[in-house]
Amino acid sequence: MSKNAPACTPLRLHVPEPTGRPGQHTDFSYLHVTPAGATRRPPVDTQPAAIGDLAFALVRVLDADGNAVGPWAPQITPERLRFGLRAMLKTRIFDARMLIAQRQKKISFYMQCLGEEAISVAHALALDEGDMCFPTYRQQGLLMAREVPLVELICQLLSNQRDPLKGRQLPVLYSVRKAGFFSISGNLATQVVQAVGWGMAAAIKGDTKIASAWIGDGSTAEADFHTALVFAHVYRAPVIINVVNNQWAISTFQAIAGGEGTTFAARGIGSGIASLRVDGNDFLAVYAASRWAAERARCNLGPTLIEWVTYRAGGHSTSDDPTKYRPADDWKNFPLGDPLERLKQHLINIGAWSEEEHQSVQKELEAEVAAALKEAESYGSLADGHVHSAAEMFEDVYEEMPEHLRRQRQELGV
Amino acid sequence: MSEKYCPPQEPSVPPSRGEKLLGRPGESLQKTTSMTMIQALRSAMDVMLERDDNVVVFGEDVGYFGGVFRCTEGLQKKFGSSRVFDTPISESGIVGVAVGMGAYGLRPVAEIQFADYVYPATDQIVSEAARLRYRSAGEFIAPITLRMPCGGGIYGGQTHSQSPEAYFTHVCGLRTVMPSNPYDAKGLLIASIENNDPVIFLEPKRLYNGPFDGHHDKPVVPWSQHPQGEVPEGYYTVPLEAAAVYRPGNELTVLTYGTMVFVAEAAAMESGIDAEIIDLRSLWPLDLDTIVNSVKKTGRCAVVHEATRSSGFGAELTALVQEHCFYHLEAPIERVAGWDTPYPHAQEWAYFPGPARVAEGFKRAMEK
Ligand SMILES: Cc1ncc(C[n+]2csc(CCOP(=O)(O)OP(=O)(O)O)c2C)c(N)n1
Ligand SMILES: [Mg+2]
Repeated sequence: MSKNAPACTPLRLHVPEPTGRPGQHTDFSYLHVTPAGATRRPPVDTQPAAIGDLAFALVRVLDADGNAVGPWAPQITPERLRFGLRAMLKTRIFDARMLIAQRQKKISFYMQCLGEEAISVAHALALDEGDMCFPTYRQQGLLMAREVPLVELICQLLSNQRDPLKGRQLPVLYSVRKAGFFSISGNLATQVVQAVGWGMAAAIKGDTKIASAWIGDGSTAEADFHTALVFAHVYRAPVIINVVNNQWAISTFQAIAGGEGTTFAARGIGSGIASLRVDGNDFLAVYAASRWAAERARCNLGPTLIEWVTYRAGGHSTSDDPTKYRPADDWKNFPLGDPLERLKQHLINIGAWSEEEHQSVQKELEAEVAAALKEAESYGSLADGHVHSAAEMFEDVYEEMPEHLRRQRQELGV
Repeated sequence: MSEKYCPPQEPSVPPSRGEKLLGRPGESLQKTTSMTMIQALRSAMDVMLERDDNVVVFGEDVGYFGGVFRCTEGLQKKFGSSRVFDTPISESGIVGVAVGMGAYGLRPVAEIQFADYVYPATDQIVSEAARLRYRSAGEFIAPITLRMPCGGGIYGGQTHSQSPEAYFTHVCGLRTVMPSNPYDAKGLLIASIENNDPVIFLEPKRLYNGPFDGHHDKPVVPWSQHPQGEVPEGYYTVPLEAAAVYRPGNELTVLTYGTMVFVAEAAAMESGIDAEIIDLRSLWPLDLDTIVNSVKKTGRCAVVHEATRSSGFGAELTALVQEHCFYHLEAPIERVAGWDTPYPHAQEWAYFPGPARVAEGFKRAMEK
């Protein structure tokens, strides 16, 4: 035995566990939720080292009654907020309808963002035309806020003859360059460091555009995330790094990604990056924090990391059954509530919305989504075999098709 | 070239169905059960966790939930969370800690959720695990097993369908293994866990629940209807570096592995060619004797794999046959493989080398 060994029990491995498993009641006190309005708002040109506390605090604007309070309450017109609520509703209705279409076997696979709509929608409102988002599969709200035609999206989901991606990608892994939406990779975390590169390019060229990267809590464990922080800091890249902490990565609780006893925002501190931890279900807080970060980026003040605290209300994907690993009623007990309900309440409070209008907008959007689905289905689907031709499979591997692929295409006889 | 030629050490014919007791020299007869490949893999880990307390099992979603394909279901409950646990989503981390644990003396069995996601771990596999024994002159070893589902046929698109075996067979110091049925899956996994070299253990996910001959429009056949779904409940091994003659034949030697074993069988039946189908099982190091003996007998050879063709593992097989059997060959060696494109989602069956395409290849190999 080493003479340095203290007289204590043998070593043992610590494996974090969530505070709630099926049949139990999750204790959400680990989130350290603070009251709305309580967190300070520093000027955008603050040194990252001076705001380390914000990585452990929680930026919140909407209080329990739906009023906007505190220093982060943003300047935003009721018109913009109404647009935001509508885009969130559209996202939710779209997701719900596509889930049904998947169950009807019209779509091979789907991923919803239920409960996380405020993050991508309000963030999109805080960005400018030409800024580039590097999303994951859970930021369809960006596409709704940027009003990408639904038929185009559904054709991708159906993998049909009008799928802009020619049937090559799984449903949901969109690429919509015209909407500032980078091609989604199936390989987690790769996009974050790419977003830093895009931002560096904008800086190299003296542009005014910024990049915004997205990653889930679970995926921050990948090396690419940490590499992105280093590059972003070194080159003071004009980039926002959004960590969507929805508490789960498939069946794995966020503590396994390193969230226990610390925060994902705190990852930025050691890298010298300005970092905020924000209530992701609070539309106004998301908008305000995104504006703050975008302004920093645009003024050459460097990157910002934002942890959005939220909850993945649905299954990971249509292949997942979350009741196997977490309490079935978890979302109901999640202390930050439903982003849609919270913004709706606020708009009603300020006289810019009503129950009646909500009902009628909901009906209108349901009809819009149903009509888009119907039209997209008229162009076929993977299920009925109306997909891009097999010949197209050989295209885009290279800019010009090399001889060996030409030969293989001939061998296939297409 | 200095590969070790190891003749098959076990009957290459699977236990016939109905035969409920299986024994091998020095072991008592074992009760067998019908298992899917998933159950067989789980049983292998269960047996090894029980037998050897240096065995640990981990990976993304592997612990509480039991893996996205449920291969480790129930193991955490049985063996506790310091032996079976969830990891952060970091493949480089998973393999890196496996190397460290192996250096300590454990036998880590790590799951990479999909083979398509192994690339972040490349440095730990290629530069570290594969060469640790060599660079430390045997002072440290990496007795690790990296399980990963591979292959297509499930509409998984380009990031849930890849067959990356050739990236690994190219690396000296690694063993690369791919079973095609529950019996082999369990026996090979136990042999891999017990082996002191790092093993890349590729699991053709389309075979998890039943053999698949490429006829995607036909109903799925469960393993319970296949002789090789009959698996001993306890400990046994299928040796590494030993191929199996899956279907004996006289006209054409077919070198294949994984899902393509069944596709090749269908192609042989549909083309009426009396093919001898060799299921390589261990891709590298491999059982050259079985290959060479068969090609010398048939005089013809076709290589079939799902992975892309160019610089695929088939290129190595073709070269080996050419080197060792040139004067016995009556026709050029034929290769049937995936097209040289990423794996598309919607055109899956135009991409997948199904029985018709494989049969065409067989016919070409029979010409001249
Ligand atoms: C490199 C890599 N490893 C593993 C996976 C499999 N996988 C897909 S999504 C996922 C969980 C991601 O969780 P998180 O980052 O929290 O995002 P969320 O799904 O919660 O939005 C995993 C493990 C993958 N796609 N890529
Ligand atoms: Mg998550």
